[in-house]
Amino acid sequence: MSPILEISNLYKNYGSTEILKDINVSINAGDFLVLVGPSGCGKSTLLNCIAGLEPITSGTLNIGGQDMTNVSPKDRDIAMVFQSYALYPTMSVAKNITFGMKVRGVDPATQERKLQQVAQQLQIEPLLKRRPGQLSGGQRQRVAMGRALVRDPKLFLFDEPLSNLDAKLRVEMRTEIKSLHQNLGASMVYVTHDQIEAMTLATKIVVMKGGVIQQVGSPAEIYNRPANLFVADFMGSPAMNLIPAKTRSNGDGTHIEIARRDGSQIVLKDRRNRDLPEDVIIGVRPEDIADPARASSSAGQEADCLIDVIEPAGADTYAVMQLGGKHVTARLHAETTATPGATQRLSFDLGKVSYFAPDTGLRLN
Amino acid sequence: MTDLTLTPVQTRQSHIGKAVLRWSLYILLGVFALFYLMPLFVMVTTSLKSLEEIRTGDLVALPREVTFEAWRTAWSSACTGIQCEGVRPFFWNSVLIAIPAVTLSTLLGAMNGYVIAQWRFRGANLIFSLMLFGCFIPFQVVLLPMARLLGMMGIAGTIPGLIFVHVIYGLGFTTLFFRNYYVSIPAELTKAAKVDGAGFFRIFWSIFLPLSLPIIVVTVIWQFTQIWNDFLFGVSFSQAGTQPVTVALNNIVNSTTGVKEYNVDMAAAIIAALPTLLVYVVAGKYFIRGLTAGSVKG
Ligand SMILES: Nc1ncnc2c1ncn2[C@@H]1O[C@H](COP(=O)(O)OP(=O)(O)OP(=O)(O)O)[C@@H](O)[C@H]1O
Ligand SMILES: [Mg+2]
Repeated sequence: MSPILEISNLYKNYGSTEILKDINVSINAGDFLVLVGPSGCGKSTLLNCIAGLEPITSGTLNIGGQDMTNVSPKDRDIAMVFQSYALYPTMSVAKNITFGMKVRGVDPATQERKLQQVAQQLQIEPLLKRRPGQLSGGQRQRVAMGRALVRDPKLFLFDEPLSNLDAKLRVEMRTEIKSLHQNLGASMVYVTHDQIEAMTLATKIVVMKGGVIQQVGSPAEIYNRPANLFVADFMGSPAMNLIPAKTRSNGDGTHIEIARRDGSQIVLKDRRNRDLPEDVIIGVRPEDIADPARASSSAGQEADCLIDVIEPAGADTYAVMQLGGKHVTARLHAETTATPGATQRLSFDLGKVSYFAPDTGLRLN
Repeated sequence: MTDLTLTPVQTRQSHIGKAVLRWSLYILLGVFALFYLMPLFVMVTTSLKSLEEIRTGDLVALPREVTFEAWRTAWSSACTGIQCEGVRPFFWNSVLIAIPAVTLSTLLGAMNGYVIAQWRFRGANLIFSLMLFGCFIPFQVVLLPMARLLGMMGIAGTIPGLIFVHVIYGLGFTTLFFRNYYVSIPAELTKAAKVDGAGFFRIFWSIFLPLSLPIIVVTVIWQFTQIWNDFLFGVSFSQAGTQPVTVALNNIVNSTTGVKEYNVDMAAAIIAALPTLLVYVVAGKYFIRGLTAGSVKG
């Protein structure tokens, strides 16, 4: 089966500024691709290029196996939900949803049937006669979704559809979008700068920075094996601990030395033999630094650490300390005995440790 | 803070002070209003007097005996040069010029504004600057070239010719109005419509025009006032039979022989001014709103 969307060597310039550089992405039917990255990295621009709302400077862009470079948005068989929703202010909700069908000359009976179907699906039946100005943010968001869903396109494009909602509604809508995707089996490209949204929704994630793709992979790959320091730091909350360390190899594995604040060292041992330079940055997720009692696997290596700050977060308590000159976060039991200013015995699990080169920032293992 | 420390006497004094200030303001405004209404008052009263009374009476006095004779004369039998049919035929000329010219210039301005604000083609800003520049070219400068052009087009001295002139001259302003209104409309709206399959004209008709009522009212009032009150183009590009009411008014006032019929002049002037007054009264509310409004909340 050919990919539903295939982008190769895409470049996009505005005037003389390069906004997107050498973008290569492809997704299969039914995939949920999430584009994630900090503000201004070119996510919306890439989405607009896919939609045909912005011309591409070079490269190729195929949808459903067909070259789309010179195809106008209306003939690309896509539907898009915009960040600002972009509902037509003078039309009722019903007219907003059916506008696309009306323009395409779909007969009124079909329009009505599809409208009812989508309205029911999104639970917006009571709103159909209202104007967008008379809706709440969440309701507008649903209408914008409805306008896309009613079209039944080959590819859905979403530009940060949840960023204007409050935290609670955002989580609800996130679940709803996920179940929508599962029920429809539709292919989607979804832009967000919220890495949690990216992790929960995606079957495939593209992490971007400054118009360049940093990594493409499944949520698990991105989370467990970040390709560079940027991805490691960007994905995950609290962020991955990135600790400068020294390595020493001998026959039975790698010794990792991390400096405490008082000048003493924690020495951890990675049993696998690695070919590493002497200076590295090791990446350890907060959940891999735990109370010894909680650490499930026997892989944990214990060490004493001086705790600076305790941050209770309900289900867990985060403990912040200083290692290798950096703040390091550990994820502890909610009922941990750790107290600020006191030494606490912690268990380090190096099963999923990442090594990065300090100079290039690239992953070493 | 200071309010809390005031004694009751001081508060009362400040209340009185406020009231005095307020009433002086009202009186001042009233005086200004009277001052500006004075000419209209004199015009109306004079037009309702007989010539006899005008000669013997006081300029600002109310008419002793109200007569509509002068209005009748002004409308249908006053002489404009050799012809003595009143302002009526010219009034209709003005209507025939103003309505199509206002409609066309508003519609074209809306279209131009839409293109410049929402379709940002290469050179859009340059074209917009040139059109803006066009707003500030004095009428006199275009008179001769325009006369030449109208002659070449074969519509010199005709009503379509005058419509053409007014549409062209008005485009700069109408484009400016609509462009400034449409730049505040988010570009995502156009994008959404494009994805929905709508084309250039469809987006204009179905999405932008329905949004534009306030700015349409502003433009229509502006253009109607300009075109209806225009004298220079009217006198330069018309001939007997196609002159607008402003030109006729001038002719009535200037071509009386013997006794000056002030009452007829006044009545004719009021008739000529009535449509613009009417437009303001009917649509003035929207005018203010349209000038200040701009952004559209989704
Ligand atoms: N029309 C334009 N002309 C010139 N530069 C532009 C234009 N539109 C966007 N840019 C630039 O392109 C870059 C990427 O913009 P884009 O809107 O794609 O960012 P984004 O990743 O969607 O950010 P956000 O998360 O804030 O929405 C930005 O640096 C922006 O300044
Ligand atoms: Mg964006």
